[in-house]
Amino acid sequence: MTTVNPVAKLAAALLLAICLVLTIDWVSATVALALEFVVFAFIRMKARVFWLRTLPVWIAAPLTGVTIALYGQTDGAIYFEFALARVSDGSITLAIATVLRVLAIGLPAVVLFVSIDPTDLADGLAQRAKLPARFVLGALAGMRLVPLFMEDWRSLELARRARGVADTGRIRRIAGQAFALFVLSIRRGSALATAMEARGFGAPAQRTWARESPWGSREWLVMAAGLSIGLVAIAAAVLSGRWNFIVGP
Amino acid sequence: MLLLGQSGAGKSTLLQALAGVLADDEGEREGTMLVDGRPPAPGRAGLVLQDPDSQLILARVGDDVAFGCENLGVQRDETWRRVHEALDAVGLDVALDRSTSALSGGQKQRLALAGVIAMQPGLILLDEPTANLDPQGVTEVRDAVVRVAQLTGATLIVIEHRVAVWQGVVDRVVVLETGGGAIADGDPGSVLGARGAELAAGGVWVAGHPPARPARRHRAAEQLMLETRELSVGRSRMAVQEGIDLRVCGGATLAITGPNGAGKSTLGLTLAGLLPPVGGEVVAGAELAGDAGPHPIKWRSRQLLTRIGTVFQQPEHQFIAATVRAELEVGPKALGLSDSETRTRVSELLDRLRLASLAEANPFTLSGGEKRRLSVATALATRPRVLVLDEPTFGQDSRTWSELVALLAGLVDDGTAVVTITHDLDLVDALADATVTLS
Repeated sequence: MTTVNPVAKLAAALLLAICLVLTIDWVSATVALALEFVVFAFIRMKARVFWLRTLPVWIAAPLTGVTIALYGQTDGAIYFEFALARVSDGSITLAIATVLRVLAIGLPAVVLFVSIDPTDLADGLAQRAKLPARFVLGALAGMRLVPLFMEDWRSLELARRARGVADTGRIRRIAGQAFALFVLSIRRGSALATAMEARGFGAPAQRTWARESPWGSREWLVMAAGLSIGLVAIAAAVLSGRWNFIVGP
Repeated sequence: MLLLGQSGAGKSTLLQALAGVLADDEGEREGTMLVDGRPPAPGRAGLVLQDPDSQLILARVGDDVAFGCENLGVQRDETWRRVHEALDAVGLDVALDRSTSALSGGQKQRLALAGVIAMQPGLILLDEPTANLDPQGVTEVRDAVVRVAQLTGATLIVIEHRVAVWQGVVDRVVVLETGGGAIADGDPGSVLGARGAELAAGGVWVAGHPPARPARRHRAAEQLMLETRELSVGRSRMAVQEGIDLRVCGGATLAITGPNGAGKSTLGLTLAGLLPPVGGEVVAGAELAGDAGPHPIKWRSRQLLTRIGTVFQQPEHQFIAATVRAELEVGPKALGLSDSETRTRVSELLDRLRLASLAEANPFTLSGGEKRRLSVATALATRPRVLVLDEPTFGQDSRTWSELVALLAGLVDDGTAVVTITHDLDLVDALADATVTLS
């Protein structure tokens, strides 16, 4: 899994997601989810890693479901009503379809991204997807500053306690800290930009790439897998008569 | 060549111009500058800056060194050959896929140097490359630079306040004058001999002209302020240091030393009542604690003000007001002092720390030395009994250094307890009554 070009993983997740957001029915989502679990079984990801990384998806999906069950379009028998909330046959069906859909889009996206190395992704985006190198490498280098910002934030917090202003006015204090962090980040960013420029970044020469971004049949296969799961799911929905195009009636 | 001059003389600007990274719309320019007979451009000159963290560009060591070659359009095989050669030259013997952020300060600076020489520049520019390093890192980087200069035959220009580091290895010293021009240019012996006193007065560390040190009065009775018992410290639940037993007493200075990453700052912040101990405890003496309880970490933010003041390593972290004057008023106001008392304290501090002319300036716009003086002043405004300072002399010129040392010595003589985290041996020598070395 780690040797597949990250751009192919990104594309596979995108193709699958595009297919699955076209319709809101439970058949397509169930079919996609079932096929995905077959694929997950083959890639031999450690169970612990799988559950840990996908945990946010497992939490988010039921929450969306509950919201839709309460406020989704009313149809058929009504089971429960309070203020604007109304649980009906229609809203329950929609809720189940949505939960399945969030899982069907979210789980493969997380699984595909767990093993992506940012440097490899940047290489792929610039060399294979032909995105502008200046933009891709700038973003990549900028990401390196994130842990520094987190350290800055902690220091800013401790410093406010030391200055005697941490007892009250939490919201105002956080706004002040955010501004200070903003100033510090601009400073760090421009220092990094100078360092990059001094190393010829943005020079007129045609840039070369020290690392190859491999692309072959395996990459096409991963993308094809993502697309076929999506297409099979759509076909199942259409054949079962549950196809429910997202735009229109 | 060693480039000297007071802060504000334009040393860094000159280096950036030589490196070809000064944009046309930044400031004004006159005359011409040629490198190898052509206008400067990245590639012909390589630049290493002061802050190790902001010049790491990529996540892996090998990729970071290769970055410059890629930008210059060097072919792949040739790039990796140069990467190996450059890492060898700076003596950085780590795997190519080693994470750059896991390196020590000295290693990071050598990595930056390797990234520069992989571009095979004829001119290597170093802007205070060792100012942020511990003594071991300073030697590491200096030796790597000397080796690289010999191997490549490149011209070297270095800016550094601490002349002693480079004095023995440079052939020429140039002193820039504030306002323009060079006031001295020649071999190290004659320039430093003729201009030594003048340079030292301007803040440069020149051998034979050490900064003034205060005379110390020794106090007999020391009062216990803080005590640690089996203390373990850490930023999270993981302890970086364990089993620390130490005493902080009024009228004395405790220096905490040790290599980068040993947990000095963490210990300092824990002593200051800002980080909770991971194990053991920090106990305040009865008189310091007063009615606030024995454990500083349980004190309210306002209760800390008159008890323990903290000066952070990066002054910017502790600035919260829009002007220097307002910054100094924060503490007294939080204590609820009267307006007249606040005014008196603030104007006294402004004068004492030479900040009066900057009273209405924004703290973020001050120079390094001014920021340091202000951050110390903000802590002093509430007259804490204990003062904890994290690397107060880091990157300071000799003038700010002697002002700080004199100020701290005065505080200690008046009964304040000073705890300073430092790897500045001169500071330890001048102030410390006791030293704790972490390993």
